[in-house]
Amino acid sequence: MKEGMSASIHKALENQNLAGILDRWNYPATRAKAFEGVDFEALRSKIAGIKGEAAGRLDELAETFKKNAEANGIKVFRANSAEAARQYIANLCKEKGVKKIVKSKSMATEEIHLNHFLDEFGIQSDETDLGEWICQLAHQTPSHMVMPALHLTKEEISDLFAEETKQPLDNDIQKLVKVARKAIREKFFEADMGISGANIAIAETGSIVICTNEGNARLVTTLPKVHVALVGLEKLVPNYTDAAPILAALPRNATSQLMTSYASFISAPTLNDDRTMKEVHIVLMDNNRIKMAEDPKFKEALQCIRCAACLNVCPVYRLVTGHVFGDIYTGGIGTILTAWFNELKSAEDIQALCIGCDKCKEICPGKIDIPGLILEIRRRAATKEGLPFIYKSALQVINNRKVFHTMLRTASVLQKPFVKEGFIRHLPMFLSGLSEYRSLPSVAAVPFRDVFKTIKQPKCTEKAAFYAGCALDFVYPDAGVAIVKILNKAGIEVLFPEEQSCCGIPHWGSGSFDMAADAAERNILPLLEGNPEYVVVSCASCTTALKKEWIKILKEQHRESLIPDAKKVASRTYMFTELVDKLIKEKRLTPKEGIELHTLTYHDSCHAKRHVGVFKEPRDALSAAGYEIKEMNECDTCCGMGGSYTLKQPEISMQMLKRKLQNIEETGAEFVTAECPGCLIQLRGGLDKSGSKVKAIHPAELMVDKFK
Amino acid sequence: MFENFKARAETSGNTEVKRFATTALALGFIEEFLEKEEVKDETGSYAVWAKSPILEQFDNEAMAQKFPGLNFKVTRELAKGAKVGITQLKWGLAETGSMAQDSTDVEQRLASALAWIHVAILPTSKIIADIPALMTKMHPKYDKYITLITGASKTADIERVLAIGVHGPERLVIVCVDDLELEGVAS
Ligand code: SF4
Repeated sequence: MKEGMSASIHKALENQNLAGILDRWNYPATRAKAFEGVDFEALRSKIAGIKGEAAGRLDELAETFKKNAEANGIKVFRANSAEAARQYIANLCKEKGVKKIVKSKSMATEEIHLNHFLDEFGIQSDETDLGEWICQLAHQTPSHMVMPALHLTKEEISDLFAEETKQPLDNDIQKLVKVARKAIREKFFEADMGISGANIAIAETGSIVICTNEGNARLVTTLPKVHVALVGLEKLVPNYTDAAPILAALPRNATSQLMTSYASFISAPTLNDDRTMKEVHIVLMDNNRIKMAEDPKFKEALQCIRCAACLNVCPVYRLVTGHVFGDIYTGGIGTILTAWFNELKSAEDIQALCIGCDKCKEICPGKIDIPGLILEIRRRAATKEGLPFIYKSALQVINNRKVFHTMLRTASVLQKPFVKEGFIRHLPMFLSGLSEYRSLPSVAAVPFRDVFKTIKQPKCTEKAAFYAGCALDFVYPDAGVAIVKILNKAGIEVLFPEEQSCCGIPHWGSGSFDMAADAAERNILPLLEGNPEYVVVSCASCTTALKKEWIKILKEQHRESLIPDAKKVASRTYMFTELVDKLIKEKRLTPKEGIELHTLTYHDSCHAKRHVGVFKEPRDALSAAGYEIKEMNECDTCCGMGGSYTLKQPEISMQMLKRKLQNIEETGAEFVTAECPGCLIQLRGGLDKSGSKVKAIHPAELMVDKFK
Repeated sequence: MFENFKARAETSGNTEVKRFATTALALGFIEEFLEKEEVKDETGSYAVWAKSPILEQFDNEAMAQKFPGLNFKVTRELAKGAKVGITQLKWGLAETGSMAQDSTDVEQRLASALAWIHVAILPTSKIIADIPALMTKMHPKYDKYITLITGASKTADIERVLAIGVHGPERLVIVCVDDLELEGVAS
C-alpha cells in the first residue's frame, strides 16, 4: 500500500463525522421497517434478472432507446467515451449560447468531470442537490453516493453558506436548508440549461426516470429551456414495467423510505411556460461499460442501482468514509466501478480496504457479489504485477507444512520473553501497532497434532476426520481436545490426518489462486482416508474452504480431476457446532441436567454467517448445553480480524475491534464465543488488553463437560 | 384502499389527508384553507390553481373575486411567488401513499413544485394498489411527463437531519373527494 493511502486512512479515522452520523441513523432497523411486508429476496431476484439481462444487451437496448426516444422528439447521442460526452454537451452550450447551467444529481457528470470542463468555456454550472451544492462550495468530492456531503458538519456547512451568501449565519440545520433554498432558487430561474442524470432509462418507451427527495430534478427539467440528461448505459432496462421493482427497492434500501418524494418519468419534450417547445437531449454514455458487460465476471456489477446500501452496512466504509474508500463512486461497489470507469490502477490501493466480510452482499438489491469482484481485481493485479516479495514468501511458507510448522514450533520457544499468561502483551517496537489495542496470543507449547496422539479414544464404527486448521492446531489445542471428547460421547471416533495443512484461504484472499489450489490439493485426499462419515472443522474460514471454495478454486485453475473428491469432502463437512446441534437433535448427545446456567453472547464470524450460512445451529447447540444467549448489537458485524487484514490495515482493524468489544460489554454476558480461532484471537486479545471480565472462548470448550 | 393510502401518505413527511363526501364540501374546505393561509394579491402570498377537471364544477370567477391573489392561470412568476399551489392528481397509490400526476402540462409542475404548500385534489375512487397497477393506467405513450409525488420536498443531506421544504413544498395537503369521479373526470 502506498504511503499516501495510509496517511489518508489515518486522517479519516481521526475525523469521525460521517461514521457518527451513520451510527445514529440505525440503518438496519429503519430499513427493515421500510421493507415490512415485502419479500426482499424475490424483489432482488427480479431486479438482478432484469438488470443482468439488460447488461447482456446494452448495445441493442441503447439503439432501441434511441429509436423510441427520438420518435418522441428527444435528441439522443451515444457517447463512447467521457471525452465524447463532454464535447457534445460543450458544443450544445455553444450553439444555444448557454452561460448558466443548473444540475440535478448525476454521478455520471462527476465521473467525466463535466463542471470543470465547462468552466473552461466560461460556463457556470451550479449543483442544486443540497449535498452536491455543499460539496461544490467546499471544492470536495462526494463522500457518500446518496448523501454526498455527509462528512461535513453543520458548522462547516454554515461557514460555507455564509461565505457564499455574504451574510452571517448560525448553525441551525433547518435555517441552513432555507438559506440554500433561497440561494439556489434564483439559479433555477436564471439558468439556460438544466442537466440531470437518470436512475432508470427505459428502452421500450424512450423514457428516463429520475428520483429526488428535494424536488430539484423537476425544476431542472422544467424551468430552463434546454434539458440534457447524461445517462450511463447501465441504467437501461428493456421495458416500462421493469421500472417498478427498481422503484420498490431503491428508496427503501437507500434511505429507508417507501418512495422518494418525487419520481418523474420523462418521455418526450413538453411545452415550456412561454409555449415554446423544450429541447431535450439524452447522452447515453458508454465509457467502458460495454467492455465491462463483456467481461464474464464483472458484468454483474452493472446490476447496481446505486442505492448505496452497501456503503451503509460496510464496517470499513463507516470508518474511513468515501474519500479514502472509493473515488466518485464510493465504497465496495465504488472500488469496482472506479476500476472500470477510471482504470484498474487507481482502484488497486482502494481494493485493499475490503475486508471481505460480505455484509454488503446480503443487502444488495442487484445481488452483486461485491467482495468477490474486489477479490477478482486483487487477483488480476496479483497476476499482472505479482505480489510484494515478502508477502509472497510468507504465503509460500504457509503452504509448506513442514517449514511452517517448524517455524511455529520455534516461535513457541522464541516468544517466551514476551509471554505472560498466554499472551504477548508488548511486542518489540516494530510490531507495536498490532498490540496497541489487542494482546497477541502465544503459540502453544505443544500443538494439537502432538496432543492428539496422547488422547485415548473408544473404538467406534462411525468416524470423523478432524480438520483443525493452523490456528486451532497451534494456538488453541485445548479446543481441539474438547472437540474429540464431545464427539466420542456421541459414539464417533476422531481421526486426525497428519498431512493436513493450511486450507488456502489466505492465498485465495490475496488473489493467489494457484497457491490456493495447491493448498486444496494437499488436503483433499488425506481427509478422505479411512472413509470417515464426517469431516469436522472448527474454524469458519476453513469450513468455507472445505464446503465451497476448494471446488471453486479447482475449477478456476482447471484442476478438474480433483473435483469429485473435493465434492465428497464438501458433502461430509460440518462446522463443529453444526454437527453437535445435529447430534443433539438426533438424541445422540444428551445435555446433563441440573447444571448451572451461564450467559454468553455469540459473535457470528463473517465466514460462518454469510459464506456457509451457519448461525442458527451454534445458538441452538449452546442453548441446549445450558447457556443463556444474550445477543449483542451487530452480532454479525466483522470483528476486524479478516486474516491478514489485521496486519495490512492495523488501524482499521483495531477500530473495528473496539466497536465489537463495546457491543460485547453492553450485553453483560460472562462469555463471548465464536467458532473461528481468528475471531477468538482478535476478541480475546482485545478483551485482555482492555482489562475486561468477559472471557472469549471456543464453543467446544464451553460445551465439553455439558453432556452425559 | 383509502385507509391504507391515508396511513402511508401521512407518514411520508408533512402530509395531511382529508376526505370529503362531495365536491361542494371539498370546495368549502379549500376556501377556508385559502382564508386561513391569508392568500393575498402580493408576491409570496399568491395561490395558483392549475387546470383541473374540478374547476369545471364551480364558478371560478366568483372565487377569484373572493380571493384576490388566487390565480387560475399559472405563470412562472406567479408560481414562484405562490404560497399555495393547487392541482388535481390522477391516481393515488395505497402501498406507498403516493400520487401520480400527469405533468405533461407545465402548469401542473409549476403549481406543485414551486409553492410552499401543495394542495392536491384526488378523487377517492382513484386510489389503486401500487406502481404496477399504475402502469396499467398511465403509459409514457400518452403521458409524456409523469411524476409520482410522495410527501413534501425534503432532505437529509446535512448531518442526516430531516429538513422539509428544500426546493419544493414544505407541506402537502391531500384533499380526497368521494363524488368527483361521478362527474366524469377523464382518467
Ligand atoms: S452495489 Fe448493490 S447495494 Fe451497492 S449501491 Fe449498487 S445496488 Fe446498492
